[in-house]
This record gives sequence, C-alpha cells and structure tokens, in this order.
Amino acid sequence: MRGIAAHWRLIPQRYNLVGTKCSNCGEKFFPPRVICPNCRRAGDIEEFRFSGEGRVYSYTVIHVPPDGFEFQKPYILGIIELAEGPRILSQIVDCKPEDVEIGSRVEKVFRKVIADGSEGIIRYGYKFKLKDPKEKPRRL
Amino acid sequence: MGYGVYLPKYRIKVGEIAKVWGMDGERVSKSLIINEKTVPSLDEDTATISVEAARNALEHAGIDAKDIGAIYVGSESHPYVVKPTATIVAAAIDAVEDLTAADYEFACKAGTAAIQSCMGLVDSGMIEYGLAIGADTSQGRPGDALEYTASAGGAAYIIGKKDTLADILDTYSYTTDTPDFWRREGMDFPSHGARFTGRPAYFKHVISAAEGIMERNDKKPEDFDYVVFHQPNGKFPLNAAKTLGFSKEQLETGMLIPNIGNTYSGATPLGLAAILDKANKGDLILAVSYGSGAGSDAFIIEVNGRNEEKRNMKKVRDYVDRKEYIDYSLYVKYKGKLKGVVLQK
Repeated sequence: MRGIAAHWRLIPQRYNLVGTKCSNCGEKFFPPRVICPNCRRAGDIEEFRFSGEGRVYSYTVIHVPPDGFEFQKPYILGIIELAEGPRILSQIVDCKPEDVEIGSRVEKVFRKVIADGSEGIIRYGYKFKLKDPKEKPRRL
Repeated sequence: MGYGVYLPKYRIKVGEIAKVWGMDGERVSKSLIINEKTVPSLDEDTATISVEAARNALEHAGIDAKDIGAIYVGSESHPYVVKPTATIVAAAIDAVEDLTAADYEFACKAGTAAIQSCMGLVDSGMIEYGLAIGADTSQGRPGDALEYTASAGGAAYIIGKKDTLADILDTYSYTTDTPDFWRREGMDFPSHGARFTGRPAYFKHVISAAEGIMERNDKKPEDFDYVVFHQPNGKFPLNAAKTLGFSKEQLETGMLIPNIGNTYSGATPLGLAAILDKANKGDLILAVSYGSGAGSDAFIIEVNGRNEEKRNMKKVRDYVDRKEYIDYSLYVKYKGKLKGVVLQK
C-alpha cells in the first residue's frame, strides 16, 4: 500500500508523457523540470506533452528481474530517445529480444507496469513497442 | 463521430487447446467455426485495451478529449471489482476532469449498453460527446468449452451529433431474466448452462431484438447491406442470420470470431468496426449484441459520406493480421491459470 500518493501525482507523466519545456531556449524535459538548467532565472517553464514517438538509443535484456517482474523474463529494458529529445528508461514490449536493434523506431503503448500484490493498486503507465517490427534500422 | 479498436498480439490455435484435453482440434474448430483466439499479454487487461481503443477512436474523430462529457466502459473483466476502469481511461486520454464516468457490466453486451447511454445523454443535450467502450479479457475454465473461444479485445465509439460518420437511426433492446451464464463474486471462472445458452438464451434474445427493431422501422432483412450479431462461437450468428433471413454475404464482413475468438463486450462493437472500415455512403447496418443474463441491444445504423472521406487508418484487419502464436503452456502462464503463481505480485 506504499506510495499511492506518489503514483497518483505521477499519473500525467506515466499515462501521457507529460513533461515540461523551456519556452526561452526550447529544450524539453522528461521527467519534468521546474527550472531550466540552461537559462536558469531567465528560463520560462511550461507543460509539454511528448508525442510518444522515438528511437531505441540503447537496450538490455533482463534475465534476473526484481520482484513483480519475474514472470516477464526475459524482457527488454530500453533507453528511448524521444522524438523531442529527452531519453527515458522503459520496457519494450510485444517483441523478442532479437527483434530490437539500436535505432529501431518505437511508439508508446499503455500497459500495466506493476501491481501492489493481489490486493493493492495496479500501476499503469507507458511502455514502448516497435513501430515496424520488420524495419532494419539505420544505426544512430 | 469516430471509432477505434484494439486486439492483443498473441494468438492460440484451437487445435493447441484441444490437444491438451484429448479432443480432436479439427472437429472442435469445425463445430465452433473458430481457428484461433487472441490472448492478452501479461501486462494487458481491460483497462489497457480500453485505453488503446479509446486513443485510436480519438485520433479518428479528431476531437479534443476535453469535450467528452461521459465515458462508459462495458466489460465483465474490469481489473478492479471496486474502482472504475472508466476513470483510468479518462486520465489516459486526458478527458479529465469535467465529465461523468462509470463502468458497465452485462456479460457480453455491456459495450452496446454504453453506446445507448451515450446516445441518450447526447440526444438530450446533456453532453456534447460521449465515449462508449466495450472491452474484455475474458476467462474460460481450463477444459471447458469456453476455453476455445474466450479471448481479449475491445472497441471504442465516440458518440456525438455533429460531423458523424454514421447515424444510429434507432435502437431497441430486449431483456429478460435468463440464467444462462454467470460468475459469482470472487470466482475466477464463469459457469454456464451449456445447451441452455442456445435457444432460450442467445437465439431468443438476438432474434427478438432484431425482429423488434425491424418491425418498428418497417425494414426487412434485404434492406440491409451488412449485419453483425454477437459472436460467442461461429455457429450461433450463422444460425441467427439464417433464421432471420440474412445472407452469408451480409454477415461475413462483421464475422471476426474465426480469427480472434469471442471478445465478449468487445465482440459486437468490433464486428461493427470491421463493417465501418469498409462501408460506403448510404449503407444500412443492423447490429445486434447479446449479453447473458440476458438481453440484446439492436441498432440500425446508416453510414454517411464522411465515413468514406475520413477512413479509419487503424483498421480491424490490421490488428487481426498482427499476430504471434503461443503454445498452451505459455497461454496458461499469460492467463494466470497456474496455481501458486501470483502474477500480480
């Protein structure tokens, strides 16, 4: 039952990739930042919604998972470079490890991430899937 | 206004299930008229399927989610017993906070019941747009006949008055208290009355609803270009069509069961979506759902020119064709049927 409020606060981020953008320098942030590290006091932060499109910047395959993920192994954990710039950590689903390559185009999907046991809340959020599983990507 | 669908990627063949229970796969396939069914992944449930379908519907409709005034999700496999799926969908499509939302349950017809509720609210002017979803990750007891058909998938419809793609000319429901299929609180799997689910249940309600709406609107089977019935197996809708006087040609576009199984609350909405993917201006559609317990909702829908101008790019066919087969042991794991394995840890 831990962290219900924390999860609830993060729902916009987890469901819809809501981050922020500095309208002064144009840089976008995910997770959202409240102060622009480039412009500091001159920065002007506003809410920004990411499209959910991106590419695989790097990835690894998890064979010894933490609690709550043991039945998904082997699963793919990737660093996704979002089309708007930031890199985020996410599972890549609906494919096998051999289908993923660095540079593969991906898009966000809405999935169950983890449940707090059989009695606790279910935490939903973003994961990514390959946009075109047959695509042979150009290396980044 | 717009519609969207979603089907999980994994499939299991009927023959693979039949093998486990010492049945002849080909015979089962032939008698139920089903080749394979969809299986949800470990991280998919009715909420995730509803969200994907709703996002596709919004993209198709091209409206602002904030203008949606009501969200109803019909399912018999809501992830929570208490806590609505509809609020998860509302947050995930960013329709919060100015709206009403609720979950519906009426075995396999909760999705069409959601469409009717949205129609009422839109027609009365209480809301501008309503979002009605039918989605399920249905369960069949291992070894039971339901295991060959119970699958997963869903469809979402945005109901409004302006710029419609198709117009619901009339809806009519037929409801009785018929205990043909049920699941008690806390039970993992549903029970059913085997043959009792046929004539006094499915056929009585589907045929009465279809006849009722046609009579009220002075229509005959030959006036329709397409017809879709609830599809618990391949045989029932075929027989219902035959009894009512519909041809195979009118029925086949919306017949998805042979390749995806019975998606329960998603079944009639998905069949209707497959028809809308193809239908042209002036086409008349009869859609009749069925929910055990029991009742049927019938709709007469006329397609208008905007459906051709604004074709849905995420077609039912694309989702049907996107597939990967799994064997029975993986299926058992994905469906959480292994004793001692608590998937939601």
